[in-house]
Amino acid sequence: MTAALLEVSNLTMRFGGLIAVNKLSLAARTGDITAVIGPNGAGKTTVFNCITGFYRPTEGAIELHQPGGAVYALQKLPGHRIAQHARVARTFQNIRLFAGMTALENLMVAQHNMLMRSARSAFAALLGLKGYRAIEREAVDKARFWLEATGLIDRADDPAGTLPYGGQRRLEIARAMCTGPLLLCLDEPAAGLNPRETEELNNLLLRIRDGGCSILLIEHDMGVVMRISDHIVVLDHGKKIADGPPAEIRSDATVIAAYLGEGDEDEITAEAAQ
Amino acid sequence: MSTATAVEAAPRAAAVASPPRAEGGALRDAFLSALVALGLFGPIVGLRTVDMGHGMVLVPRPLLVAGVVAVVFVGRLAFTIWRAARPAVIPGLGTIAETLFHLGKYVAPVFLIAAVLLPVVPGVERYYIDLGILVMTYVMLGWGLNIVVGLAGLLDLGYVAFYAVGAYSYALIATTFGLGFWICLPLAGLFAACWGIMLGFPVLRLRGDYLAIVTLAFGEIIRVVLLNWTSFTGGPNGIDGIPRPTFFGLTFGGSGGPGTFAEFFGLPPSPTYRVAFLYYVILGLALLTNWVTLRLRRMPLGRAWEALREDEIACRSLGVNVRNTKLTAFAMGAMFGGFAGAFFATRQGFISPESFTFNESALVLAIVVLGGMGSQLGVALAALLMIGIPELFRELQDYRMLLFGLALATMMILRPRGLVSGRTPSISLGASKEISASLVAQGRG
Repeated sequence: MTAALLEVSNLTMRFGGLIAVNKLSLAARTGDITAVIGPNGAGKTTVFNCITGFYRPTEGAIELHQPGGAVYALQKLPGHRIAQHARVARTFQNIRLFAGMTALENLMVAQHNMLMRSARSAFAALLGLKGYRAIEREAVDKARFWLEATGLIDRADDPAGTLPYGGQRRLEIARAMCTGPLLLCLDEPAAGLNPRETEELNNLLLRIRDGGCSILLIEHDMGVVMRISDHIVVLDHGKKIADGPPAEIRSDATVIAAYLGEGDEDEITAEAAQ
Repeated sequence: MSTATAVEAAPRAAAVASPPRAEGGALRDAFLSALVALGLFGPIVGLRTVDMGHGMVLVPRPLLVAGVVAVVFVGRLAFTIWRAARPAVIPGLGTIAETLFHLGKYVAPVFLIAAVLLPVVPGVERYYIDLGILVMTYVMLGWGLNIVVGLAGLLDLGYVAFYAVGAYSYALIATTFGLGFWICLPLAGLFAACWGIMLGFPVLRLRGDYLAIVTLAFGEIIRVVLLNWTSFTGGPNGIDGIPRPTFFGLTFGGSGGPGTFAEFFGLPPSPTYRVAFLYYVILGLALLTNWVTLRLRRMPLGRAWEALREDEIACRSLGVNVRNTKLTAFAMGAMFGGFAGAFFATRQGFISPESFTFNESALVLAIVVLGGMGSQLGVALAALLMIGIPELFRELQDYRMLLFGLALATMMILRPRGLVSGRTPSISLGASKEISASLVAQGRG
């Protein structure tokens, strides 16, 4: 059993009187795809926003254990440091690309900190550019690698806003990967994809995991969740109701009950009941 | 996914769908236009105040109004018929500007060469060089503000504050410590940049309209302080006796004499040298602004500015330090505003708070918006249009402002995203393609 990469303990998030997340504890292990599922409004995205620094949790701790032994308390870090130092990257439920910039430019912005470091070390970058150019080439190569991995290499010079929906979803993943993350948080990456695109997404995510980046996944599409997850956490009303490998979750009575309670979640119930 | 294309296609579809009007419709339309013209021009043109010595008398001018209304009626009718008789897609100003953009790589050098040669072309009067200096100052201000508004997407309505800080920094340092222009210029830029950061800090969390209001207030605060801190700034009397710039220690006296530019080079004394020299100074400063901006756009910092304009939240998720990135944009824009201000002070020899009113901010912002946010060529063209043309038509007096407003409104209808509205990618794998303006976010701060 591998060590926990991300450890969330007793996380509580209150918005005024509403308790969105209530004393939640979960862990994501290194090298795993951990899925967080639950009916709409269960608090999944809130958990994500707490992990990635968009919300400051009311209570609780979120710790990220890097392989080198460094531990980051994410609940205290400002948002951009979580990406930069703790190396947690994320995508958004409603795609947030830089629509007016090309796919390649999107991936270059993702490597901002790496490029800035080199630009700063040689402030002559504005004039000389020699050292900077080599680093920029490296960044372009990395971008090219991820464009190829996501099948977008032919659209590299097209504005991100003109890509088809599935392409935009994949570009967002590529962009997150270009930050060089240890943990990739995906908020419903399969939403709106057709079956073929979903299949491609599964392969991409497995490839990312095998490349050494752990994944934390929010997903409604049980086809994706059951096929690729190593571990599943089920939330309902801000609380964890189950936690275990896919096979176990599939037959968990509380999970089935939680989903049956939701009228508009028929397909998931069907999947879960299989 | 297809929203962008749908948005693009919508106006065109509307243009195609509108059926050619029947004759009666055209008449009715022209009549309505004439009615609007009557309402508008009735009071504006039809009534004239004449000072009779003992008081003002209103003199009605019904014939003039009738003439104007008739012109509008006939013009509108002709326009409607002309539009019905031709294909629906109007290759108007839009296409011209589009072509202009593709010719951009030729247009820019041509303008540059023309700008460099302007003072040495024989037969060019001093007036035109002076006008050139004025236009160049606004080109530089436009390019400076373009960093803040066009690239970083932070709507700044108080840009004149940095212009003022630059001008007063130079004036005060030069008159107090007796330092020359070339030493004070970087200091003025530095001071302005510091003020840019000082303004930046409190407004970091503001976006869009709120940011605009705070920057507007900031511009006014600076002006009011300059106006009221009499012991330091001279108040409404301003500062005079600001030293003129020198050319490697050579001065530009109008009458020649030892130590002057004319004497050193054995030229006949003439006041034109100073004007030409000032022209080249501002041209150099403007080109510096342009060069730095173009360079930065291809660097991570410039790319981060543009990403910030596109989506601030995504920037944060990628580890971009939003605070510092915004502050650098403010500082960089302010610095160039400060340079321009120092130049303004040395050119005028006298400054007072009157030169730094909100009108200036609005004018510079109008230049950036009209030019196309983020486009260097567009901003330069817009400055030429907005400063040069009203200046050339000075004889028309008040009517020129009317025409000016009309021209602006027309421009914004035909080219809502500015003269040169496309965006060039900062980096590309293959051939770089133009990005349509409809995809590029407009600064929401």
